[in-house]
Amino acid sequence: MSVGDTVRLAFFGGIYSNAHSLRAAVADVRKWGADGLYALGDFGAFGPHPDRIFPVLLEAGAQPIQGNYEESLSTGATDCHCGYTDPRDNHFAQLSYDYTFEHTSEEWKRWMGTLPRTRRLEVGGRRVLLVHGSPRKINEFLWESTSPVVFLEKLLADARADVLVCTHTGLHWKRELPSGRLVVNAGVLGRPANDGNTNVWYARLTFGRGVEVEFAPVAYDHETLAREMEAERLPPAFIETIRTGWWTTCLEVLPAKERQRGKF
Amino acid sequence: MGTSVAPGPAASGKQDGGYPFVPSLSLDTLWFQVAGTICNLKCTHCFISCSPTNHSHGMLTLEDVRGRLSEAARLGVREYYFTGGEPFLNPEMMPIIEETLGQGPVSVLTNGLLLTPEKCRELKRLSDRSDYSLDIRISIDGYAEQVNDPIRGAGTYRRILDGIRNLADAGLNPVVTVTEACGEAASAEGRARFLEWMRQIGLKKPRLKILSLFRIGAEEHRLRAYESWESLRGRRLTEEEAEKLQCSSCRMVTSRGVYVCPILIDEPRARMGDSLAETLRPFELASSSCFTCHEYGVTCRT
Repeated sequence: MSVGDTVRLAFFGGIYSNAHSLRAAVADVRKWGADGLYALGDFGAFGPHPDRIFPVLLEAGAQPIQGNYEESLSTGATDCHCGYTDPRDNHFAQLSYDYTFEHTSEEWKRWMGTLPRTRRLEVGGRRVLLVHGSPRKINEFLWESTSPVVFLEKLLADARADVLVCTHTGLHWKRELPSGRLVVNAGVLGRPANDGNTNVWYARLTFGRGVEVEFAPVAYDHETLAREMEAERLPPAFIETIRTGWWTTCLEVLPAKERQRGKF
Repeated sequence: MGTSVAPGPAASGKQDGGYPFVPSLSLDTLWFQVAGTICNLKCTHCFISCSPTNHSHGMLTLEDVRGRLSEAARLGVREYYFTGGEPFLNPEMMPIIEETLGQGPVSVLTNGLLLTPEKCRELKRLSDRSDYSLDIRISIDGYAEQVNDPIRGAGTYRRILDGIRNLADAGLNPVVTVTEACGEAASAEGRARFLEWMRQIGLKKPRLKILSLFRIGAEEHRLRAYESWESLRGRRLTEEEAEKLQCSSCRMVTSRGVYVCPILIDEPRARMGDSLAETLRPFELASSSCFTCHEYGVTCRT
């Protein structure tokens, strides 16, 4: 519960069917003592057994919004609308989507269709907006190195928000704007952050006189996940990422700086 | 913002018998014709016929760019692209890049001929000093001299290769851009061969962009001009299609004013005004090049 006048909120980015990291993150959030937990969409993709995610999320009391995956799955779309433009990126995105589509039950697809696309909170006088990609597009990529201050100021002003929390890129970052506004990309629980480490990340925001942002690393049993992915015959390239912490697919969409940091 | 359609006579629809209008949804991408139409090459497929003697658009100065950057800040521009002509012919190119990187991510479209080891090291320094990405995009038209040189000029293949290697040696990973003038580029196999060639020349994380041809400028005489059916006349534009067209979220600054996009700077009707703000209105897709962008999903963005 709240300590003094502060409110602690936790934010999960894309989960990508990674039930193992999700359970570890939920336990971590409980230990931290969050007042609220929000899941920013893309519950499926990439990993095995997508239906295993939803009971864990709901049991944890997470408040979900749609990502592009939930939008696509609930409307019966034939692809994920991830927003890639390169043929190799699209190839792997399609493998991931086809598996997830086939293995997500109708009941959960219908549930996804009932989720809101955004959420607005009022915390300590601040207008907080939760989105999957950006306020204007569910699949817009907000990367650290291509989301400059002047662009974000306008994005938040247009959206009438003081704090924006998003995901979709797979990489966590934050930017405090000269106006006092704040943008946080919560990163993802689904796969590592392309830095050679196997842990994944979520974001903790503590609202008091200011807003403190902390990115929490989550270690989990990634080897069990990798073996489950092998048993499901998911692409070896995906499994390599889980075991090594380096992205092997969907790389072409990375801006120069983010691409430079990875191995591939 | 988002998918809302800007006001206008036919914002996302069509006028009877006329062409569809693309709305202005936002100004995300600002292009600069930073070297005008002046180039050290005379490529046979250049859609604006750049050459050492084409002065139809002039160089932009650092002062010009500075003024546009302050307009862009007010409009919330996301990214900046510099093209020409050959951008590195502009004597103020390095300070222009440095200043722009202070405000947002930068891409420079170059033929690579002026990328000396020293210049590449300086570019790397500018990149490292900024929070934002610096992308250098180098054009080549084949992974062999025999394919590239007839298009870009004798001896250019070797010199472009030197530029790519100098960038890689400095720690910058260029985006290699190939047009479909290189026949193979359009196929999946050709693409795979290009990626393999890039690895062979030392690019460990090859980044490749294939560009469609616009049958205007020099290209009109190399292969063919547009035919009458290659037109959007009578078409209706959906919101999704409008969003995909780069012109719904970009503008191009040249020495002669603000144009709708990087392709149409030789069309007087594509000059939309003097200030950026006044050009954020619908544009009639009446050019055959508009057909290319629409039909083939072309964007000049990386």
